[in-house]
Amino acid sequence: MSGADAIGGNPEAALRLAEEVVRQAGAAGAGEAEVLVVAGDSALTRFANSEIHQNVASSEVFVNLRFAQGRRVAVASSGRVDPDGIRALVERAADITRNVEELEDWAGLPEAGRAEPIAAAWSEGTDGASPELRAEGVRAVIAAADEAGVTAFGSFSTDAEAVAVASSKGISAAERRTSSQLLVVTMGPDDGTGYAEQVAVDATRIDAATIGREAAERAHSSANPVDLAPGDYPVVLGHYAVVDLVDMLGYLGFSALAVAEDRSFWEAGKRVASPLVTIIDDASDPAGLPAAFDAEGVPKQRLRLLEAGVCRDLAFDAQTAARSGRVSTGHGLPAPNTYGPFPTNMVMAAGDASMDELVGGLDRGLLVTRFHYTNPVHSKKVIITGMTRDGTFLVEGGRVVGPVRNLRFTMSYLDALANVEAVSRERRCIRGFMGASVVPAIRLSSFSFTGATAAG
Amino acid sequence: MRDLTSRALDTATALGATYADVRVVRRLEESITIKSGRVEGVAGGESEGFGVRVIVGGAWGFAASHRLTTAEADRVAAEAVRIARASATAIRTPVVLDGRPPATGRYETPVLEDPFAVPLDRKIADLHAADRALNAVKGIAWTESLYGARREWKTFAASDGSYTQQVITHVGAGLEANAIDGDEHQRRSYPDNGGGWASAGYEHVRTMDLQGTAERVASEAVELLTAPTLPAGTRTVILHPSQLYMQVHESCGHPTELDRAFGTEASYAGTSFLSPDMLGSFRYGSDLCDIVADATVPGGLGSFGWDDEGVAAQQVPLIKEGIFVGYLSSRETAPRIGRDSGGAMRADGWNRIPLIRMTNVNLLPKPGMTFDDIVADTDDGLLFDTCRSWSIDDRRLNFQFATEVCREVKGGKLGRLYRNATYTGITHELWRSMDAVGDASSWRMWGTPNCGKGEPGQAGHVGHGVSGARFRNVRVGVMG
Repeated sequence: MSGADAIGGNPEAALRLAEEVVRQAGAAGAGEAEVLVVAGDSALTRFANSEIHQNVASSEVFVNLRFAQGRRVAVASSGRVDPDGIRALVERAADITRNVEELEDWAGLPEAGRAEPIAAAWSEGTDGASPELRAEGVRAVIAAADEAGVTAFGSFSTDAEAVAVASSKGISAAERRTSSQLLVVTMGPDDGTGYAEQVAVDATRIDAATIGREAAERAHSSANPVDLAPGDYPVVLGHYAVVDLVDMLGYLGFSALAVAEDRSFWEAGKRVASPLVTIIDDASDPAGLPAAFDAEGVPKQRLRLLEAGVCRDLAFDAQTAARSGRVSTGHGLPAPNTYGPFPTNMVMAAGDASMDELVGGLDRGLLVTRFHYTNPVHSKKVIITGMTRDGTFLVEGGRVVGPVRNLRFTMSYLDALANVEAVSRERRCIRGFMGASVVPAIRLSSFSFTGATAAG
Repeated sequence: MRDLTSRALDTATALGATYADVRVVRRLEESITIKSGRVEGVAGGESEGFGVRVIVGGAWGFAASHRLTTAEADRVAAEAVRIARASATAIRTPVVLDGRPPATGRYETPVLEDPFAVPLDRKIADLHAADRALNAVKGIAWTESLYGARREWKTFAASDGSYTQQVITHVGAGLEANAIDGDEHQRRSYPDNGGGWASAGYEHVRTMDLQGTAERVASEAVELLTAPTLPAGTRTVILHPSQLYMQVHESCGHPTELDRAFGTEASYAGTSFLSPDMLGSFRYGSDLCDIVADATVPGGLGSFGWDDEGVAAQQVPLIKEGIFVGYLSSRETAPRIGRDSGGAMRADGWNRIPLIRMTNVNLLPKPGMTFDDIVADTDDGLLFDTCRSWSIDDRRLNFQFATEVCREVKGGKLGRLYRNATYTGITHELWRSMDAVGDASSWRMWGTPNCGKGEPGQAGHVGHGVSGARFRNVRVGVMG
């Protein structure tokens, strides 16, 4: 459902636009130029109190130009693709370049590599998704909630975009990508709440009724929660909680710049987690949201971030790679990026346990559905605080005995991952800070809960 | 511009919309980042487009596009109507708006020195000077100095005849010094983590005296490396304005958003413990607690002429002498509690719908004690300064903050430094324990340029005026 100028969802048109901007930048004096074009259509239907209350769609384009004259580098971006807009973009970048000083260690734009588009990154079903399709999904969720006597809240989104990168170094990469997400929060009359989520490349594969039922059943079973004293408990973290652990490690540690600035826990060969924990970054895995190349047009490499609990690989972009005498691993973000490269397609290895077996291994502990509003208290030690949300259950003798009120935790996620003693077979793709991660559920021998909220 | 807005409204109305509005927004942005003396990023951005919001059959629809043509106005208006019809298949309560009069006029942020007219090399040089001063301090591992400016030209038109034009300018800058020893990483920033932002021109940057403050900031980062970790306990706590504004933001600003109280943000950020039946009776804080949402205060990131529904900027009491009395509201939500909109609807650009956002949520100063008087009046306590980490539960009750700096207060004097300081509590228990609020001498506006809300996500620019305050019996030193 691309708009009138047909860039959205059309990688060839996006690439032609990127190449034209590179050409104009060259004519304006750029020794090197790189252009990222992201053009697409996004829509999201939002519901609360079991009715649709917000429903939006937009056609957007983003043109990002990195313009270098020798070692003077500038970035300009625009949402305009008309001739005047492109001209203004190039002039703005050239003007900035004239006013900045040289970067002594500027390594130049990355060299051309071959990034084959990934067919599995695109779905006609998502590209063609209509407001009626999203409303139908929402009605299925509401029906499941009604049947369980709970109320539904959430959103159903569909995104289709063309992404292209062209550069004066010969980079010419383009592909089309889609994604869709249904997330559901449910609330019952007796303080029960639940959550469920599905992320897919293809919106027509989103099973709204099943997701609705999962969230509704969780709200039902978490009704009338009781107080539990904070303290250290063995826990099973469900998939929706585990994604936060993986994301935080990516955010705080798996970046070459974070290591160079000595703000990361990462040290090559250092054990930081249980041997049961293996995390890779694999943008070709169809279980996630695939992508062939990064914002610099560099093909994405598969990284072994943690292998059996030991630090192995790091994410590099072109600049961090050049400073280390390496080549980019294809994890660059749009320029200017002062935070550094980022693994956007993390996959945590599955184990051999069923969910019942994970819970069955708890003598007395907690089953946590997900975390809320987590934030680093100490970044280098990956000490994080946050709350549990949407279903926290006491487990005794390997069986769920009932819900407890939400608890605050303050805990090093590295210590948490060192405590992993079992991993689930089943994994889920869940939206993270950027991109999406594929994660299992895990059982930990201990997790520190540091606060509670009384009823009220 | 009128051609496009009229066309969008006419098309939407012709297709069945009982209400329609359109916003055309052009946004210009500029940013400079210097890391350890290296100009790491200089960027300029431009974005423009329009969004059409309609009510059809009692349900909302919204569509937006970057193509500013009348033909696209037709397409987008029709898309918004189609989306609203899809919404109407799953509603239980038709949307009803309050009866505000049509809005007309023009507003512009008062700016003394246009930040986009200040030469780029001048701005880089100013930031460089401050960054050099940071790096001159022995023991600093790396530094980051930032500057940013944003200007929006915003035209709003509605089917009730409203037509407003606004030019909003926001500017921010700041410093950050990092000291590292082994696995201990300490950061000190000024004037705030992420910079100090205001609705103003480049004069705001000049008043910060970044260069003159840099040495103190960097020295504190180094000093923190050898400071002890704050021990656990229950203590008297003084919140410096640089931390108090975040306490107001998370534990008063968000829970007084009426959409949260009605559950319409439940799927993302959560709800609120402040329900409408508590209005006028719930004791939120001590008698010293007066909190007002004020979109008219100079310099605030939440200051404007009209919100994005065409409701005029105004002052709305939220907490009066400790009692919960009001909400941040919209034209749709306010009538449900028998009130008119308080004018708090703002959108993050042309491609997003307006949501209830904080304007400037301010804790009013109290005559009697300066901030220094509060410290001098404290026999045994802790002073928390500059927010480092924040977290609060989905009903906005259970919070935990970490600050960059914490100093002991003994016999009314500042003492030893603590690192990795945290404090935690329950919202109304904290505010009820407040026994001192600073007077106007330390009261000023602080800004949050990254307040996340909504799906798809929106980053709001909101303001907070505070002067510093003291609280009793607060749990501190939680590190897991």
